[in-house]
Amino acid sequence: MQPVATTFFFYLLSGLAVLGGILVITRKNPVHSALALILTLLSLAGLYLMLYAPFVAGVQIILYAGGIMVLFLFVIMLVNLERSAKEEQFNKQWIAGTAAALALGVLFILVYTGGKALFPEHLAQLPEQSNTQEVAILLYGNYMFAFEIASLLLLVAIIGAVVMAKKRI
Amino acid sequence: MYALISLVKIVIALVLLLTAVAYSVWLERKVVGHIQNRWGPTRVGPFGLLQPLADGAKFLFKEDLTPPYVYKPLYIAAPMISVIFALTSIAVIPIGNSITVGGIRTPLQIADVNIGLLIVLGITSMGVYGIALAGWSSNSKYSLLGSLRASAQMVSYEIALGLSLIGVLIMSGSFSLREIVDAQGGTFWGFIPRWNIFQGQFVAFFIYLMAAFAETNRIPFDLPEAETELVAGYHTEYSAMKFAMFFMAEYANMITVACLASLLFLGGWHGPLFGPAWLQELLPIAWFALRIFGFLFLYIWIRGTLPRFRYDQLMSFGWKFLFPLAIANLVITALIVALKA
Repeated sequence: MQPVATTFFFYLLSGLAVLGGILVITRKNPVHSALALILTLLSLAGLYLMLYAPFVAGVQIILYAGGIMVLFLFVIMLVNLERSAKEEQFNKQWIAGTAAALALGVLFILVYTGGKALFPEHLAQLPEQSNTQEVAILLYGNYMFAFEIASLLLLVAIIGAVVMAKKRI
Repeated sequence: MYALISLVKIVIALVLLLTAVAYSVWLERKVVGHIQNRWGPTRVGPFGLLQPLADGAKFLFKEDLTPPYVYKPLYIAAPMISVIFALTSIAVIPIGNSITVGGIRTPLQIADVNIGLLIVLGITSMGVYGIALAGWSSNSKYSLLGSLRASAQMVSYEIALGLSLIGVLIMSGSFSLREIVDAQGGTFWGFIPRWNIFQGQFVAFFIYLMAAFAETNRIPFDLPEAETELVAGYHTEYSAMKFAMFFMAEYANMITVACLASLLFLGGWHGPLFGPAWLQELLPIAWFALRIFGFLFLYIWIRGTLPRFRYDQLMSFGWKFLFPLAIANLVITALIVALKA
């Protein structure tokens, strides 16, 4: 099956993702922000699907939308919302914020103009039937070391969380 | 043509699922009734078989009460979220091999995607938002406590559930539900079927079964709606059709979980085939339906038998028993597969 209406879906999904991102920082109520973030994450999963990466899309939904955001929401529901709604939403660091945004923008433009050599000319199309297998072979073959480092970092974070939460172990 | 076939399949699958949901409620009332030495529904139709219709009509005509202090947009959206995600997961579940109708051969599945299992897990894990938001937007302490319990419970047991499935994935080497079922065809020594449960995955099967009970908030893990302490938990403030939507979502989730258990551990639609060609086409569906009926009966049987867990027991059971057991099962399965290869 040839993909249909890819341009439409690309603009729809990226539009939703940007809209969600803007809503995350402009809503006063943290629950609404969390819901907007879920919208962004789900549309990103759609974009991954369009890039022929079904495994990444599935993992994105399970881990981020279905796992991490549930924990976010869980914590937010326990927080006293009335007090946080009265607090000021944006702190007064316009200058630093603008400078950071500008620097990031310049970086993006530099990568876009000068980085053409870094990126392949065409989208690398892994065959859809064996996409998951290809990802696994890359992760446990070529990028074994980076993968193990990442898992070690996560382990350190878990131990740190346990040490901070429990005074006596 | 492709779109038309898909549309027909979507309609059939939804009608089947909703009918199954309605009649599993009937089955539950009937079986629990007999367990408790009562008759269950008998008045509406023979054996009370029209009871689901009467219940549906009752839900439609009841007053749809919205308490004044709720946060309305999310209060209305929450039951919809629950029911949407509960019904969507049927899209990738195959209910049989394939069938020929009027010269067109089509698989009995709406969409055969090669990450089918991941999609089912992802969609069902989104269902927790319906419950969490219902509790939060209701602005009531019982609802909030219920939904907090539900989110904590579902996140905890999702880990054991996911890990119990990885053993099966290692053995079949695919996320596609169809390929996983195909890998379970045939028999050992001519009489023991090559289902995953008989290929050393029976520990994983029991982990999956227990985690699935917790994921669908069924007794003995129905703490999110524990009547004795939380009135009705997260749906305390809901009435009429909105309440019925949570109900439908719970039963649809039960059916999804039963489908997954049959596909992954019990050989899906494999079973003895006999008779003329048309019967051989339809028998796999019957074998699959029989397995799902078995699981639904087990759910109801356990509901009629076991008391509810205490909350700390629930958490320590999930984290200190199921989780390590699932990891041990995963390690041993991986070792055996690696040694065989």
